[in-house]
Amino acid sequence: MELILDGILQALRLVVSLDAEVMAVTLLSLKVSCSATLISLFLGIPSGTLLALAHFPGRRLVVSLVNTGMGLPPVVVGLFVTIFLWRNGPLGFLEILYTPSAMVLAQSVIATPIVAGITIASIQNLPANLKLQVLALGATRVQMVWILVREARLPLLAAVMAGFGGVISEVGASIMVGGNIKGQTRVLTTATVMETGKGNFDVAIALSLILLALAFGVNYLLTVIQQRERPR
Amino acid sequence: MNTLLGVENFRIRRGGVQVLDLPSFSVAVDEKVAVVGPNGAGKSSLLLSLACLLQRDAGTISFRGKPVSKSGETAYRRRIAMVFQDPLLFDTTVIDNVAEGLRIRGTARNEAREIARDSLELFKVGHLAGRSAHKLSGGEAQRVSLARAFAVRPELLLMDEPFSSLDLPTRIVLAEDLGRILHESGTAAIIATHDRIEAFHVVDRLVVMDGGKVVQEGTPKEVMAEPVNSFVAAFRRTTVPT
Repeated sequence: MELILDGILQALRLVVSLDAEVMAVTLLSLKVSCSATLISLFLGIPSGTLLALAHFPGRRLVVSLVNTGMGLPPVVVGLFVTIFLWRNGPLGFLEILYTPSAMVLAQSVIATPIVAGITIASIQNLPANLKLQVLALGATRVQMVWILVREARLPLLAAVMAGFGGVISEVGASIMVGGNIKGQTRVLTTATVMETGKGNFDVAIALSLILLALAFGVNYLLTVIQQRERPR
Repeated sequence: MNTLLGVENFRIRRGGVQVLDLPSFSVAVDEKVAVVGPNGAGKSSLLLSLACLLQRDAGTISFRGKPVSKSGETAYRRRIAMVFQDPLLFDTTVIDNVAEGLRIRGTARNEAREIARDSLELFKVGHLAGRSAHKLSGGEAQRVSLARAFAVRPELLLMDEPFSSLDLPTRIVLAEDLGRILHESGTAAIIATHDRIEAFHVVDRLVVMDGGKVVQEGTPKEVMAEPVNSFVAAFRRTTVPT
């Protein structure tokens, strides 16, 4: 109990004193996870919409793969992204292993199936005849897709929350492709693992609390937007 | 007869079952037609296929004498409108719902809203313009749905059992209003219905379907005088409150 209280006090001290290292780690966490979430939205929403609306052989298999991807273990993603970015790997020429770019790439791989999976569910949960109603209003296929995505915007905010939540809290992929290099690729999760390993529980708790506050802040903001959109 | 819509050799099969078989069917300009029949008679399939929203196995549609090609389906749908059993309103305000069809056609936002407001007034729901569409009663929502269809000034209005989920008094009032608006505006309409109230308030011609085929047609009076099957006989006996 004393350990936790010390951790809370340490967290307050670090935040109030605007500790340079903690600020840098926090900002990098936000930067990496927000970038990965944005990329996952650009990839996940169109692909999820396509999978929800299109009919083609093997669609069920693809949807099952996306749903499986929603639970991708970050260490597995980390392993494969590392292999791809390794000097001799297919993407080795990019030379981004152990950089924030590699972490963004790995986190995007984790978040994209989450966003795509929730998008599929959101679009499929719209009323069955809504697509026909939109077409009956004279919409082209492109207008129809746009209107259906617009209609699913509130559940899609859940996709943003789930995608961001999935990547801000992951540690396995970030530590494997980023390497937890001080001042370069150290983020809140990897720093927490390191401090715990060193026995600095108070700092680890402090970092964890900052991480929780960050995740809560972003999700609170999105929840406010979601609830404001549809007042009860 | 000045034909607005004509179909020839219309056939649709689903899962090996013939759901629609229409050698010929037409609607005149300004004509109001009710399609009646038991569940599974093919009424909804007829309306969906007339709107090119259901793929057909064979058959052609012509509108004002010109055939509707595959590539011309969207342009054709912009000359008609369809109302479903559920109002299927969008998650926005009532006025933006009604303006949506016009916005789809490229009408400027303010102009679309102005036309939408007139259409809402026509259906006596102008006072609901600023309200969220999800806060309407069933009757209000269906009036908004009809206003949305009318806002695009359709040459033909297709309606698939639009009042079936409403209570009887609401149904009667709505059917009266719809019949009046259709006649005043000179809009041709096809309404699929189980309901004598809708059929009698709105239409000039009654088409009876069964098993995907037209089994009887004529004025409501003619059809009621000589019912071709038990469904029409039962339909005739339905009490219409006056």
